[in-house]
Amino acid sequence: MEGFRIVVLIKQVPDIEKVRFDVETGRVDRSSAPAETNPFDLNALEAALQIKERCGGTVTVISMGPRQAESSLKDAIARGADRAILLTDPRLAGADTIATARALAAAIKKLGGFDLILCGEKTVDGDTGQVGPEVAELLGIPHAAYVCELREISRDRVVVVSDMGDKYLYELELPALLTVTRELNTPRLPTLKDLLRAKRAGIEVWTADDLSEHVPANMLGYQGSRTRVVKVVIPSAEHRKGIIYRGEDAVEKIAEILLSEVAAI
Amino acid sequence: MSGKGILVYAETRESEIHPISFELLGKAREIAEKLGLEVWSVILGSGISDKASQLIHYGADRVYAYDDERLRDLNVVAYKSVLVDFVKETKPEIFLIGATPWGRSLAPRIAAALDTGLTADCIDLQVSEDGKLIQIRPAFTGNILAHIETTSKPIMTTIRYRVMKMPEPDPSRRGEVIVRRPERVEADGVKFLGKVSERGVNLADAEIIVAGGKGLKKKEDLRILEELAGLLGGVVGVSRPLVEEGWISKDHQVGFSGNTVKPRIYIACGISGSPQHLAGMRDSGIIIAVNTDPSAPIFRHADYGVVADLYEFIPRLISFLKEVKGHGKGVVKGA
Ligand SMILES: Cc1cc2nc3c(=O)[nH]c(=O)nc-3n(C[C@H](O)[C@H](O)[C@H](O)COP(=O)(O)OP(=O)(O)OC[C@H]3O[C@@H](n4cnc5c(N)ncnc54)[C@H](O)[C@@H]3O)c2cc1C
Ligand SMILES: Nc1ncnc2c1ncn2[C@@H]1O[C@H](COP(=O)(O)O)[C@@H](O)[C@H]1O
Repeated sequence: MEGFRIVVLIKQVPDIEKVRFDVETGRVDRSSAPAETNPFDLNALEAALQIKERCGGTVTVISMGPRQAESSLKDAIARGADRAILLTDPRLAGADTIATARALAAAIKKLGGFDLILCGEKTVDGDTGQVGPEVAELLGIPHAAYVCELREISRDRVVVVSDMGDKYLYELELPALLTVTRELNTPRLPTLKDLLRAKRAGIEVWTADDLSEHVPANMLGYQGSRTRVVKVVIPSAEHRKGIIYRGEDAVEKIAEILLSEVAAI
Repeated sequence: MSGKGILVYAETRESEIHPISFELLGKAREIAEKLGLEVWSVILGSGISDKASQLIHYGADRVYAYDDERLRDLNVVAYKSVLVDFVKETKPEIFLIGATPWGRSLAPRIAAALDTGLTADCIDLQVSEDGKLIQIRPAFTGNILAHIETTSKPIMTTIRYRVMKMPEPDPSRRGEVIVRRPERVEADGVKFLGKVSERGVNLADAEIIVAGGKGLKKKEDLRILEELAGLLGGVVGVSRPLVEEGWISKDHQVGFSGNTVKPRIYIACGISGSPQHLAGMRDSGIIIAVNTDPSAPIFRHADYGVVADLYEFIPRLISFLKEVKGHGKGVVKGA
């Protein structure tokens, strides 16, 4: 049997624990934090690598972002991906989810055939979870979101559990797209040797021109976006009372609050 | 089609309307008054036509009910195809969908098919002075709030559960119900095979949550929190590490990769207050935190902080509440 052709979409994001926000301007200072691969996308990559190991095939990772995102692609190669493509171009910058999805869908079309596309459930910065289903729609293929279990995969179909609060079982015809949760697996760590090998790996770099056969440049980036951020505010925690109890009277105080509130429900 | 409209997707689960749909109708009415729109609602499913009048009571002027056996199960491609055709025909100005897992899977497919903007997981909608819809949503794991405008039509947005006020239903409200059968149901490539498991606990609807984190030393100690939750008529939530340890199922997890909750009271015990945890509970009514470390970030987000060992504090709180209850002072429900 010929193996599966798997595509994994990964995004480089700032480490959310470290990134700083300017309360005055509402600006996100991306340079304040090291960049890493979106954690959820590592679960998507792990799922792809497991399928490849079990059934044979190739794993291609695609990322749209600035030049620095190469490091996330190299990390994916170190973990076992076969091929990595970076979509980078000033004309791709400032994209909302639909413009992002158009670029990614065009890149997948350019690759030619594929069987399975894997995405993270969402990104820790954009935090929409929209890009995956949008890519599926643009490619005209079925998708399942919040996949927490991969039950079966065969030449032409995949059976998955989708976590919608209640859990549902779906069978999708391939090619299909899945967005995966953190429950699906535990991502492997690359070995030092693999990291060194990946350092030298070639990353293919594509610009808007490379995608022009499938999508016009004016449908990409800021120009192709259908939403605009008009303002960003940092929510303050100041509206909380912030009363601290340390001593003996804490039990009584908290009980008092609970009793008056619970009685009201 | 007469006037212009704001459309609300009424989400159904096994023929029942999800309450988010009523919340959206409440918000839609408010925006409709400001922008001079009608409120429309669309509901899909099998045997759901008789539910349509509820949507009128909650604020819809007109309800389209697509009642068809082929729409019985939640099939994202089938639902998408019917809704895309519907939106192309009726051309709403604004289209609101609940940011439930189902809504967040369905909405982006529709937006991509219609080539329109979609704003995810909003917590507020406002109308600006010049009559534009401003959509407000958390991003960067809840660290920022972005104000977003859409430049295409319809303006599509998914809205978080329990952030909009639930309107009072008015059974005397009149409106039109139009029952339809879809011309086309494209269900290509997706087969619904059934429900694997029910959600064990419903955190999203909980009014009181007693949550535990890594301050707990072993699985069995969750009982202490269960006892307090039981006494208060609440449920137990946890931070992510406890789920990773396998101590409790994922439906109890609060946070960025778990549930977003908005109880009246959230009691965080032995939880440090990571950005990922805060992202799921920062909008709770009253936040109480119990932690041994006075510098724990959770205290900056709490109304009442108790610097104490949860193993001492919570059992004492439980006995105190029981004693009060025994004396009939105050009401403690659910014990
Ligand atoms: C992509 C991603 C998604 C994530 N999603 C989530 C999510 O959805 N939800 C979530 O919760 N986390 C999530 N996390 C994990 C998150 O980053 C934190 O690791 C986690 O929230 C920490 O849990 P904690 O507060 O229980 O543990 P810790 O940070 O270890 O805090 C334990 C606290 O307990 C206190 N303590 C210790 N002993 C006692 C005692 N006897 N009495 C009282 N207090 C005591 C300590 O002082 C400390 O503050 C996510 C992480 C990533 C990268
Ligand atoms: N710029 C990007 N490059 C590659 N993949 C992306 C990009 N943005 C989003 N994705 C994929 O889409 C998923 C959902 O992202 P989001 O809609 O931003 O929450 C991510 O987990 C990735 O798999």
